[in-house]
Amino acid sequence: MILDGKAPTGKIQDSWDDHRFASLKLVNPANKRKYKVLVVGTGLAGASAAATLAELGYQVEAFCYQDSPRRAHSIAAQGGINAAKAYPNDGDSIYRLFYDTIKGGDFRAREADVWRLAQVSNNIIDQCVAQGVPFARDYAGYLDNRSFGGAQVSRTFYARGQTGQQLLLGAYSALSRQIGLGTVKMFPRTEMLDLVVVDGEAKAITVRDLVTGEVRTHVGDAVVLATGGYVNVFYLSTNAMGCSVTAIWKAHKKGAYLANPCYTQIHPTCIPQAGDYQSKLTLMSESLRNDGRIWVPKKKEDCGKAPGDIPEADRDYYLERKYPSYGNLAPRDIASRAAKEQCDEGRGVGPGGRGVYLDFSASIERLGEGTIRERYGNLFEMYERITDENAYKRPMRIYPAPHYSMGGLWVDYNLQSNIPGLFVLGEANFSVHGANRLGASALMQGLADGYFVIPYTIANYLAQTKPGKVTADDPECRKSIADVQAERKQLLGINGKKTVSEFMREVGVLMWNNVGMARSQQSLTDTLQKLPGIREEFWQNVKVSGSGDELNQQLENAGRTADFIEFAELLCRDALHREESCGGHFRVEHQYPDGEAMRDDANFTYSAAWQWKGTGQTPELHKEPLKFDNVHLAVRSYK
Amino acid sequence: MSATEHGTMNLKLIVWRQSGPDKPGRFETYDAKNITPHHSFLEMLDVVNEDLIKAGKDPIAFDHDCREGICGACSAVVNGVPHGGQERTTLCQLHMRKFKDGDAIYLEPWRARAFPILRDLIVDRTALDRLVQAAGFVSCHTGGVADGNAILIGKPEADYAMDAAECIGCGACVAACPNGAAMLFAGAKVAQLAELPQGQVEAPQRVAAMVKAMSDNDFGNCTNHYECEGACPKGVKVKFIARLNREFTKALFQETLGTISTNRGTSKE
Repeated sequence: MILDGKAPTGKIQDSWDDHRFASLKLVNPANKRKYKVLVVGTGLAGASAAATLAELGYQVEAFCYQDSPRRAHSIAAQGGINAAKAYPNDGDSIYRLFYDTIKGGDFRAREADVWRLAQVSNNIIDQCVAQGVPFARDYAGYLDNRSFGGAQVSRTFYARGQTGQQLLLGAYSALSRQIGLGTVKMFPRTEMLDLVVVDGEAKAITVRDLVTGEVRTHVGDAVVLATGGYVNVFYLSTNAMGCSVTAIWKAHKKGAYLANPCYTQIHPTCIPQAGDYQSKLTLMSESLRNDGRIWVPKKKEDCGKAPGDIPEADRDYYLERKYPSYGNLAPRDIASRAAKEQCDEGRGVGPGGRGVYLDFSASIERLGEGTIRERYGNLFEMYERITDENAYKRPMRIYPAPHYSMGGLWVDYNLQSNIPGLFVLGEANFSVHGANRLGASALMQGLADGYFVIPYTIANYLAQTKPGKVTADDPECRKSIADVQAERKQLLGINGKKTVSEFMREVGVLMWNNVGMARSQQSLTDTLQKLPGIREEFWQNVKVSGSGDELNQQLENAGRTADFIEFAELLCRDALHREESCGGHFRVEHQYPDGEAMRDDANFTYSAAWQWKGTGQTPELHKEPLKFDNVHLAVRSYK
Repeated sequence: MSATEHGTMNLKLIVWRQSGPDKPGRFETYDAKNITPHHSFLEMLDVVNEDLIKAGKDPIAFDHDCREGICGACSAVVNGVPHGGQERTTLCQLHMRKFKDGDAIYLEPWRARAFPILRDLIVDRTALDRLVQAAGFVSCHTGGVADGNAILIGKPEADYAMDAAECIGCGACVAACPNGAAMLFAGAKVAQLAELPQGQVEAPQRVAAMVKAMSDNDFGNCTNHYECEGACPKGVKVKFIARLNREFTKALFQETLGTISTNRGTSKE
């Protein structure tokens, strides 16, 4: 089937404004309170959506698996948020942010969605300032900016190294205000385990109370998923321990198409893995690349030496050498692959030769240690706590790690999935980042979707539906509860020999080695052969103790792991079918002689949306062709 | 023997186990074997839990998520100190190089009247959310706000607000306080928003509502022990408690003069 993204046609500059006026219906203020919206996830996208919808007058119920909405993983974003304010007078514009994002995504995103993102980016900054987000300021009191990868302008707003935290606390404060007013009912420690579709429309979710174990259904008029990304399918990633594919996977199994799952982002600057016991990797903000220079020893025999003993002439500043115009600020996919290439050639440093240096000595000499401390102090502290090394004295060691998923549930221009009434926001959808996301764009997208897009687009759906169509005693709701309970019971009844984390590690290692930074037909075919075996073994041999009627973290992890194992197959299948390299998807068969990614625009200028056909069955591929009327499809060069 | 770069440690854990909110609890002793100095504290607990699961026992339940010191989920009292006592460090960022072979480590949940125990080391911290729900915000709605640069904020004021906003809401301050007070948590929010022009409009109502919410939610009062600052993994300073007290006194004074009402929704007469 050919999918229609329903993007507005006409001049792109006017597309969002025209669409809001001409195409989107409104719900009368007095009628809004008759509709209930269920918002799952309380990160930037979910919290901002829940708060804004409640302000408008809708009844909102919000859900998160954490003990507080303030803890969603948006909080860990460090570096900043982009906006096309052009405050520094350096040539930025909405058009340039739009262009950079399309190009950064390797020409695999829908133009109109990206334009809208660039357009509302400026409103986001204003909104956050109004909430009291303490953005960095200069001495005159104006907002300060810094640079991020893939851009030649300074458009990134920041709050020390904790921008995600501060933006999330802003959205959380707006959400809290609505909870206090009684317009949002908040359900923390509650995990969504099923989507209920009645007569083809999303009308309810089935959740498990993580404290009491109670499984119940919440019914509404529309469902909004803002449940984040899925890179915990890899071992290890920078995601929080609780981040999972479960919510979108359950929706997928109820008919929602999952698009471009093979577009996964490997972040170039993470602290390298130190041992097998490790539970996660920690990111060092991309903003460090403003003042840090990346290098490896030119000679393999120097790799074991202390970095200070390697003379300048024997260092290879490979990003500056290969990409002179962007240098250390080359986009993430390119910087990650370049680091892997150096390490594969045997010039990596640190344990296992899996690391490159990120060196601040030149900046410290130029600006003084005080300035560097002011800009990145908390990151240097974090680095020292984890590695026991002082990065003011010795270069940091960094290595790429899975960080973000550009793929996600397919949505149209209104952020509605192919199931009417199911809307998907933020990292959970596939929309604006194409095959690679630029730094400081995830925060921008989450808040754009939640504050400034969904309030308009959801009204269009609600205006055409009768409130309260479905009630909790609907057979579909009862069936959903029974299914979720049966799955819990099955997990608890296996009583096998292998722990949940052993299974997760097995799948994660397989995925990282074969489907991580580089993929080949061979590695993908091998993985697709192995995964069904792991899935079958899981359901026969996993060990989950305790009961379902209590707080049981093993049971929570078991459910998430089961979903990751199934999802991994889809990721591989998508990667195998996409016979090209683009952005975060690198197929070794498709590269230029210099190792750069080779796209195949003639055959793959489309988004791949997959339809679930059953466990172990081949999913059906639907294509949404991508049209580029406002940018020229070019080879993506940062040289 | 102290831990060396390559040496591993064997430790004894004495852990509070409690199967549910109203169930009796007790200390249980476990071995943590072959722990390297590079294990984080929670990774050490992962090792112990894997052993427990394989032995058919219930693993130790503990809150954790980001494991990079920012989400504020992890929370346990280690040898009597919330987060284990390394300066400006959450439990997930505490590494085992701070311990030595043979150490006995006591692990308890946050202890405070406002934080009922849910299971083992997990407590219910929604009381902190209720403080924010009472007034820890600027009452702006989405849309229709001024340009970000229309509100000038001096760098010192922005830095002061950011220092207060560092709080991750973990609740260590409450757990460390002999009175179970949330004054550092509330003070940080009051100070952040009172320092910024955007937050000043509602400053008196905010502080009044948050002080009331603290007593409504079973938090104690501040008697200047400064334990909160010592335990705070983000280095939030007690000067923000002083700021809360000043803002509160100012609000009372203004109310007495009749220039404001601290009741939300009541207009100035």
